[in-house]
Amino acid sequence: MNPLLSSIFSTGFAFAILRVMTPLLFPALGVAVSDLAGSVNIALEGIMLMAAFFGVIVSAFTGSLFLALIAGLAAGILMGALLGYFHLKMKADIILGAIALNMFAAGMTIFLLFLFTGDKGSTSSLQSLVFPSIEIPLLKSIPILGEIFSGHNILTYVALLFVPLFYVLMFKTPLGLRIRAVGQNPDAAESVGINVDKIKLYALMLSGLFGALGGLYLSMGYVSWFSRDMTAGRGFIAIAAATLGGNMPIGILLASLLFGFVNSIAIYIASLNVPSELIQMIPYLVTIIALAIFAIRAQRVKIKVGGEIHEHFDTGDAAIPVADPGKGDS
Amino acid sequence: MENILQVKNITMVYPTGVIANKDVSMDVKRNSIHAIVGENGAGKSTLMNVIFGKIHPQDGDVFYKGEKVNFRNPNYAIKAGIGMVHQHLMLAPDLTVAENMILGIEPKKGKIFLDTVNALETTDAVSKKYGMDVPVNKKIKDLPIGVRQRVEILKALFRNAELLILDEPTSVLTPQETEVLFETLFKLKENGKTILFISHKLSEVKKLADSVTVMRDTRVITTKDAAELTEEAIAHLMVGRDINSGRIAEPENPGKVRLSVNNLSYIDYENVQILKDINFDVRAGEILGIAGVEGNGQSELVNILTGLMRPTDGAVSVDGKNIIGMTPRQIRELRISHIPEDRMENGVADIASLEENFIVDRYYKSEFSKKGRLNWKYIKDYSVDLIKRFNILTQSSKTPTGALSGGNIQKVVVARELSSDPELIIAAQPTRGVDIGSEELIHDLLKKARDEGKAIFLISADLDEIIKLSTRIIVIYDGHITKHFTDCRDIRGMDLGPYMLGVKKEEGASGKIHS
Repeated sequence: MNPLLSSIFSTGFAFAILRVMTPLLFPALGVAVSDLAGSVNIALEGIMLMAAFFGVIVSAFTGSLFLALIAGLAAGILMGALLGYFHLKMKADIILGAIALNMFAAGMTIFLLFLFTGDKGSTSSLQSLVFPSIEIPLLKSIPILGEIFSGHNILTYVALLFVPLFYVLMFKTPLGLRIRAVGQNPDAAESVGINVDKIKLYALMLSGLFGALGGLYLSMGYVSWFSRDMTAGRGFIAIAAATLGGNMPIGILLASLLFGFVNSIAIYIASLNVPSELIQMIPYLVTIIALAIFAIRAQRVKIKVGGEIHEHFDTGDAAIPVADPGKGDS
Repeated sequence: MENILQVKNITMVYPTGVIANKDVSMDVKRNSIHAIVGENGAGKSTLMNVIFGKIHPQDGDVFYKGEKVNFRNPNYAIKAGIGMVHQHLMLAPDLTVAENMILGIEPKKGKIFLDTVNALETTDAVSKKYGMDVPVNKKIKDLPIGVRQRVEILKALFRNAELLILDEPTSVLTPQETEVLFETLFKLKENGKTILFISHKLSEVKKLADSVTVMRDTRVITTKDAAELTEEAIAHLMVGRDINSGRIAEPENPGKVRLSVNNLSYIDYENVQILKDINFDVRAGEILGIAGVEGNGQSELVNILTGLMRPTDGAVSVDGKNIIGMTPRQIRELRISHIPEDRMENGVADIASLEENFIVDRYYKSEFSKKGRLNWKYIKDYSVDLIKRFNILTQSSKTPTGALSGGNIQKVVVARELSSDPELIIAAQPTRGVDIGSEELIHDLLKKARDEGKAIFLISADLDEIIKLSTRIIVIYDGHITKHFTDCRDIRGMDLGPYMLGVKKEEGASGKIHS
């Protein structure tokens, strides 16, 4: 068999997909939660970067994984809250606010990196902790399945667990209902006494929390150091994944798997004699293609739905003639 | 009967200095249907917002159930038992009916989770209790507008509203849906609720209300039993002068055929035949009205005539020239103007100023721009002139059009379309949602245009309007013409009804003048 194909059909490849998917799934859920609340959050890139950085730094200086987790999450949530402050309180455009935060995160992490390590590239001089990988009892002894699904970083499992959790949060709790209502018709939410800004802020903070987990995984699971701009556009691909997944958990999982798959292929092809620039392009190219297909499909659905709604208004055969006939007499 | 609501000497001045209510007093009896009528800008909505706690008046008091109240915000009003059904429905489209109803007061299970079962049961129970059946687990976006409005009413009832305020509830409804709404409101009254509704459709007021409060120019003119007032009397009170509601004079003698539609058919992308073999002519100096229940192909017909859509088959010619395949601008260049049925969708850009909306179809002409630069000074003078001529109420010609009231936005559209010196006017729902005064003005303008020899094609869901203005009437049902009335002098709504519903039809009916 072709060496590429044989590696794609190996369990190692399937394992890699899950590994690569994790730092996309978290921020994609983050994008979705704020999207559902009607705020487009494109700051996931910066959120992940900050969380990745603070996780490593705190773990290196305190030696506590728990404190590192707290620090990373706090950094992400704070970034989300900051975006909320810009957008909701100061009435800045959310896209501009997010762009500012992304640039701020990129610059700030390098600055602090230099301050702490004297290095502007990475934290390789620091001893960072990593989140543990876990073998799942029983499952690990099953052939093939065990090799694919066991032995992942704990955060990968957390990410998978967040898929149903996201569903429960958004569709089975009052907060989720309010988030969706605010996103669809803020006036409607306000008219029943919901504080729209507060709900949007919560959604952005949740978005920050999800993004932070993605960032932490990146620097303390995927690898064990922080390097500048290490998110490499994942926060943006997450937007594509959320869009493709229709902001629904299962869809997002599938979209993340797709991007994970493509990324893994890129990694595998790198061993072949193909220019690396071309290979690095693949995930982004697939993103564009996937979004284009999605947009075309959405367009079709829209036309269809429009037609159906129109029909509803057409079913006017049941009742009374237009105006009061008596009135026509006058 | 005791009063559920009393407002006493309310004076409301907005921060901009605009006085909206001047010394307004009104009593609303418990368990009655009370209408508030008045032209746009008379202060009805302001008064409702004062009652609902959205805005706070400089002077005056509101008494609810005999107690003086001062709602800090609408939430307090809702808690006290007042519900408001807004003109633009306050519903989240992707949520179900039940979810919309429980929003903000969600039933919980184990403190964290939504009790969905309870939500479905309780909302269904409320809808059954008031005999307003709605599919509680369907999404709002999948429901027709009449049902959506019912959900909005149920939302208030779910919050134990005793006094329901409805802001122009029928303006978004088809006539059939209006009938259903009226039944609902009567049923609610039987159930002990009090209904306060804003309207400027007098036939509705007469049919529905027990008492009527008439407002004009920020003041209450009178509150009376509806039985004591005729429609004409209410109109007189509202506008302060007599309103001519009778049929306009017949045209002198119509001229040659301007618009000729031959064997027009349209099949949509889902293979549904929307228009079937439509034939009619419109002559210079006449108004051809097309009557029909909305959604029987009128919108598509207008879109085809104005170049927004292409027919599947057939020919449309203006002065003998085929217009199919022409762009809207080319069609407009033939001196055809179009008052679109939905002013916000196709009539104006709401964030653009009046000036910009006035010139949007003619900005490229030499008076308005030279060498790619707009002549704003000229445009301003031009706009101010239109504002004056068409009696548009606005702060200035630079005001964003969306800030105007519905009737005035409609006047902006009419002003633009009639000021382009058209030879053929396609007027779709020209007075939808406008008050009587504006309606009369627009009717006068159309009559004047007709008398000047313009050809007018009138599409309206308002039968009274069709009967008042049309020289000839064609009736459309299910995409084909079911009847052609050449003499409309003694025509009544009853005569049109059976053809509009397809109960009666004349084989091969066409609006051609020689047939």
